Amino acid sequence: MDLTVDDFAANIGSTEPVAVVGLATRATPPGDVRLVTAPVGIDWIQPAEMTIQCGAGTPVDDVAQALAEHGQQIPFPPGGTIGGALAVGHSGIRRLAYGAMRDALLQTHYVGSTGKVVKAGGPTVKNVSGFDLCRLMVGSRGTLGFLGDVILRTRPISAYEQWFTSDRDPWTLLTGLFRPTTVLWDGAATWVLLEGHEGDVTEMAEVYGLNPIDRAPDLPSGGRWSMAPSELPSLRVAQPGSFIAEIGVGVVHHTRPRPSRQVDPVQAQLHARIKGEFDPTGRLNPGVDVLTVI
Amino acid sequence: MSLDEIYTGHDVDLVRVATRLRAVIRPDQVRDGATETHLYRRDASTMSNTAGIVCFAESTADVQAIVQIAAEFGVPFLARGSGTGLAGGAVPPPGAIVISTTKMNKIISVDPVSRMAWVEPGVLNLDLSKQIAHLGVHFAPDPSSQQTCSIGGNVANNSGGPHCLADGVTNAHIHGMEVVLPDGSVTIFGGEEPEPDGFDLRGVFVGSEGMFGVATKVCVRLMQNPPDVATMLMDFASVSDGADLVSDIIAAGIVPAAVEMMDQLCLVAVEAFIHAGLPVEQAAALLIEVVGPARGVAADVARISELATARNVGGVRIAADDAERALLWKGRKSAFGAIANIKPDYYLHDTVVPRNKLSGVLDQIYAIVKEHDLQVLNVFHAGDGNLHPLLVFDGKEPGVYERVHAAGRAIVKASVDAGGVLSGEHGIGLEKRDLMPLMFSETDLAAQADLRRAFDPQMLSNPDKVLPSPATCGEIHRAPEGAWI
Repeated sequence: MDLTVDDFAANIGSTEPVAVVGLATRATPPGDVRLVTAPVGIDWIQPAEMTIQCGAGTPVDDVAQALAEHGQQIPFPPGGTIGGALAVGHSGIRRLAYGAMRDALLQTHYVGSTGKVVKAGGPTVKNVSGFDLCRLMVGSRGTLGFLGDVILRTRPISAYEQWFTSDRDPWTLLTGLFRPTTVLWDGAATWVLLEGHEGDVTEMAEVYGLNPIDRAPDLPSGGRWSMAPSELPSLRVAQPGSFIAEIGVGVVHHTRPRPSRQVDPVQAQLHARIKGEFDPTGRLNPGVDVLTVI
Repeated sequence: MSLDEIYTGHDVDLVRVATRLRAVIRPDQVRDGATETHLYRRDASTMSNTAGIVCFAESTADVQAIVQIAAEFGVPFLARGSGTGLAGGAVPPPGAIVISTTKMNKIISVDPVSRMAWVEPGVLNLDLSKQIAHLGVHFAPDPSSQQTCSIGGNVANNSGGPHCLADGVTNAHIHGMEVVLPDGSVTIFGGEEPEPDGFDLRGVFVGSEGMFGVATKVCVRLMQNPPDVATMLMDFASVSDGADLVSDIIAAGIVPAAVEMMDQLCLVAVEAFIHAGLPVEQAAALLIEVVGPARGVAADVARISELATARNVGGVRIAADDAERALLWKGRKSAFGAIANIKPDYYLHDTVVPRNKLSGVLDQIYAIVKEHDLQVLNVFHAGDGNLHPLLVFDGKEPGVYERVHAAGRAIVKASVDAGGVLSGEHGIGLEKRDLMPLMFSETDLAAQADLRRAFDPQMLSNPDKVLPSPATCGEIHRAPEGAWI
């Protein structure tokens, strides 16, 4: 790493508002606040452990490239930094098979509002030692602490993968195919990503009449909606071309911003208490409210 | 030393509390007789105490009413599922209200298309998978206690199991839960949608050992049953060859559904119990299962067999049918029962080490056990480095508990020193609470205590577990009787 976590902590200090910025691909840093950047660089890769340790400021694409040399990957959407991806907490489009991105974070050293370094989690793939501060950090948008370094769980890159299109009902494919990696639907067409042994993928594609294509469709980027997967059929009435939904997951990539929602007052109180414990002066990423950010 | 000494005293008139409880829920749901309070004094660990009042909740409204009264009187409370926990997480503080969720055992709804279900916390793990089997789906976490442990308990402890290697532990299989917070308010963490607003309180609640409130409904993720399964039993003349094969398999890009190891003493004990033709002459055996479409399964079996040959594998037995597969798994899952043939008592440990340290740490465990004049059976989740040394002993031997506790402490330390962690799936509870500083600094523990305080400012929900003092309350707490810490 180009910076130790202790040096990162010294840059953050213990007083005055401060914001952390990565490659600014996922969020714009607040104005009029001192900015810090997290350590960059890969410490180690242990293929037989399926783990990697790197600075939170390391670009996702650099990590992906380094892991690919070992036939492994992390379930992060491309672009930006590792820390940025974790802070926002959005999984990639392979969530249906890979699970949520948050499950990849095994351990982190983050810097809290007092400028102290805190270790959360542990280095092994299985660990129930104490409260799960790693889960608390993922999606907290830097409002509780700034990620310094992380240990991530990797997964093997499949022997074979292929995108397909189909005009069949996406739910028929979701229930019929064995653990498809991705099922996308825009109200008319369905796209499917299958991984595994080439013979199995080819056979499944034949059984369901899938047509191979070169790549995934381009996703609308106007808004990211989160819906219960059972509610996705309600999008049948939406304007064609206005969305692509992740079937079985519930993330909808939309041309329009997500409608705002009411906040449960019990949740709001609990969030305020957590923020109050972790950052009582509100100095970390000031102005960001995880309950209302879209 | 008694448990009273580790818990802060709660000077409350429990008769008044019981009377209030009987006014808000049916009187027959509130038990404070000696039989009930004694029955609920312990979990499956070696620690015990006496409950104050036992309540049998039947609904969210019941739980909410009980928690509100606990908050009003300042009485500690804890939720309890089946009581199969091994770390003392469900051992009540003196005078606590035990909220049993065993009567909240309904499967509320199942969506086989989106593959999720809402269940009450008292639903038993294996019952859930059995009742939805006709839909071609199952709940993946499968602790060895799955016949009797509850989903609520799985959530509280973030439980594991042999098949968590490929699919992940409980946290990866919980979409959300309805929770009664320690102040009596009710809310939902997570839910059916993939990206709820705010912090991941769903993820934080899983594994919080009952200290953040009581789950009253749980939304679980269901997994598709695989079309094909191959179950292999491989035996080795040396434990290290078997352990090293585990790393070889993962490094080759194969993540089996399960990789379990049994050492010789375990094989001998189990074989005497189930007569499955296990390789009792060998030092260790691996039970490996790969699942998926047929060609992929066949390719994985072939590659794993090649790797095993390079590690001097003795015999390779592939289950010919479901009956043989069931027999091999019965061998793995009945290990604990088979121990009675060796000695009457056992102490089961739970630590995790990096896979590539398995062989070295196993050697250390054998040395530690020999030094303390004990016997050990190793039967564990080798695929994710999750060790389960079973120290077997006769509790009637004078001084044996001191040796068991000392050996246990040495094993945990050896695991952490090897880059591992305190617990892989049993949790911290009371058992390992005071060992937390082996893994975490005061600053780390203070952050965990901050989170606890945010959820439970009154510190009433299952107090005095997980975090050692002074992180919890600044008093010097001592290890409870029976703990080996």
